Amino acid sequence: MLDSAALLQQLPYSKPFLFVDEITALTDTRIEGTYTFRKDEYFYNGHFKNHPVTPGVILTECMAQIGLVAYGITLLPEGTDVASLKIAFTSSQMNFYHPVYPGETVKVKATKQYFRFGKLQCDVAMYTEDETLVAKGVLSGMFKIECK
Amino acid sequence: MEKKLLLTKLKAIVAPYVQNPKGLERLNEDTNFLRDLEINSANLVDVALDVEDEFGIEIDNDSMERMLTVKASIEVIEAKLAAK
Repeated sequence: MLDSAALLQQLPYSKPFLFVDEITALTDTRIEGTYTFRKDEYFYNGHFKNHPVTPGVILTECMAQIGLVAYGITLLPEGTDVASLKIAFTSSQMNFYHPVYPGETVKVKATKQYFRFGKLQCDVAMYTEDETLVAKGVLSGMFKIECK
Repeated sequence: MEKKLLLTKLKAIVAPYVQNPKGLERLNEDTNFLRDLEINSANLVDVALDVEDEFGIEIDNDSMERMLTVKASIEVIEAKLAAK
């Protein structure tokens, strides 16, 4: 059974760079999660001057935290020491369709293309609460388990 | 499969991931994917997956760890093809 809180605790991020509030669905082939961009996120001061819009790199980061890191942790072999896990973001191909403003909640859906030899590649998409497509693309990352 | 043909096929597979074109021009059995071609570890996985598709074989974790040079890769491919 999905324990969103336990999974979130295993994520190697903290404020101000944690962009996951809840994991809402999880299967062998896909994951879904949500995040609400707080009105006082640090980057709104500078992106843009007098006109706060969530940066595309932050939307991509949000999708990577849910679709690669949170998902990848669930795909690791039983008994893996998650604390010693080394992760790297390795590729991003992304298109953007709709802006996300301060205070908005987004939903991220990721579907596994493959997880082989420590590399997870997923099709990812982000939607607003009313299901408007925000961004869509392909992300990949590497997971390295430290052997003692 | 003839070794020369195998080498040609392997060269075509690695080409899209190579960051050092001179290394690709000079490709030979001693070529190291990371050092000579500057392929990163994520794209090395793509090389292995493309090798699986091209030759209709399955690469296991141990073979993957060995596939760091052209020579080692050819040995892995030949062994897997022979075992088919």
